[in-house]
Amino acid sequence: MWVLSGIGVVVLGFALRLNPLFVVVAAALVAGLAAGMHLDAVVAMLGHDFVANRFIAVAWLVLPVIGLLERGGIRERARTLIARVHAATAGRVMILYLALRQITATLGLTALGGHVQMVRPLIAPMAEAAAEKEAPLDDATREKVRAYAASADNVGVFFGEDVFVAIGSILLIKGFLEQNGIVVTPLQLSVWAIPTALMAFAIHATRLWLFDRRLHARDKS
Amino acid sequence: MIGLGALYGLIGTMFAAFALGHVLARSWRSAAFWGCFAVTMLGGSYLSDTANGLLVIAMAVLATMGLKPKPAPTADAKMREASAKRLGNALFLPALAIPAITLAGTFLLPHSGFVDPKQVTLVALALAAIVALALAMPMVRAGPGTTVNEGRRLVDSIGWAAVLPQLLAALGGVFAAAGMGKVVSEIAATAIPMTLPVVAVVTYTIGMAVFTGIMGNAFAAFPVMTAGIGLPLIVGKFGGDPVIMSAVGMLSGFCGTLTTPMAANFNIVPAAILDLKDPNGVIKVQIPTAVLLLIANTVLMALFVYHR
Repeated sequence: MWVLSGIGVVVLGFALRLNPLFVVVAAALVAGLAAGMHLDAVVAMLGHDFVANRFIAVAWLVLPVIGLLERGGIRERARTLIARVHAATAGRVMILYLALRQITATLGLTALGGHVQMVRPLIAPMAEAAAEKEAPLDDATREKVRAYAASADNVGVFFGEDVFVAIGSILLIKGFLEQNGIVVTPLQLSVWAIPTALMAFAIHATRLWLFDRRLHARDKS
Repeated sequence: MIGLGALYGLIGTMFAAFALGHVLARSWRSAAFWGCFAVTMLGGSYLSDTANGLLVIAMAVLATMGLKPKPAPTADAKMREASAKRLGNALFLPALAIPAITLAGTFLLPHSGFVDPKQVTLVALALAAIVALALAMPMVRAGPGTTVNEGRRLVDSIGWAAVLPQLLAALGGVFAAAGMGKVVSEIAATAIPMTLPVVAVVTYTIGMAVFTGIMGNAFAAFPVMTAGIGLPLIVGKFGGDPVIMSAVGMLSGFCGTLTTPMAANFNIVPAAILDLKDPNGVIKVQIPTAVLLLIANTVLMALFVYHR
């Protein structure tokens, strides 16, 4: 029961707005000690698991090229381009990206989007520029536009990828059920991911459309 | 064979260059922080687990003290406008080369014999980043120094958040080893009276979302909730379909992922990447979608899981 104190540390730490790296290390130490492990064993486990998850950092390899393209004016160019497209609104730009991200994810191509390589240099500046065509953006609204652009990436990839048969989560389900004596095919599982995929698109696209209307109403007032 | 080892060497070298940039700029804490990260990348496989653990703790301490990076030199707005005019749509070429090459690599590399077949996507992404860089450097007339500076500028704007996803994955490992999952599923199973089939469904989908929120990862929550509630009650006691339960259950977990700072690489890191003042800005716009979709998932499962 005492291992739950690890969760307590996380909740408390985030609530007090302490540095998350500090909170996570503290939570790991508390949970490990509460479970009866020695301090050096917990530190070693933390180090081992951190190193075992280094593959997450591969995404950072795109930082230098994105930095250079920003220096070269890619965000400015993205803005100019979208300003010329008459039909482009912030909501439409993001709904289109949501659709593309979700469709490519259903084909297993989850590495095609992402916050560093697509949202920051292209999608967010385009959405901002489209919103600015009608009226200038104040800081709070600009933040909202960017946050929605990031959300389109997340919702698209989360609720697209499970429709693909060979994605990690489908294989995890298959393996787990097999351990418990239930044999299923990945295809059965991915078919049952389709209703949720459609509902996710309907819900988030509607919210982006409503956000677009609020942006438009702002211009009138 | 190109596998993860080569990629870690590449990433480690890049972060070592960022650290060197900070040394030259005399921002010592940032230099030490990215230096530690570079060491775990380059030497992680050779160092002892304890040494790696101490490096992680050192990074946490430095982040808590505040990294205070000195800004990397870059182009001002006027230069960027002029450059955007000069280069026009050619600027998009390297950016779009990243997904194009990743895609091509994912299909072509498995049969080449040069690449570890299990790591094809990651190797393809690294290759795409290198090719895109080779296209971009002559285009914007940048040498290696400028390239490192521009990369450092971005990594500084992300800051310690760049390390958080990896650290949270490690926390998940420690939580699992400490027996967290068993305790949580026992509490959920004893606290709620499971006499009706629909109550089991609601407990399972909401439990998946909440426990995913705590762990930051639906993959960690799925075995716990499914072994604790899904299999014994929905499938065992009430005769539900395990396929529908698992597929929709996992996606209910993903709803939880949209709402939690623990899923740092989807929620906290993007807020940093997009220079948001509010670190929870992305989470806030995602919560309504997450709640509506969780309700929709629960209804979906309640309607179909018990009809074969």
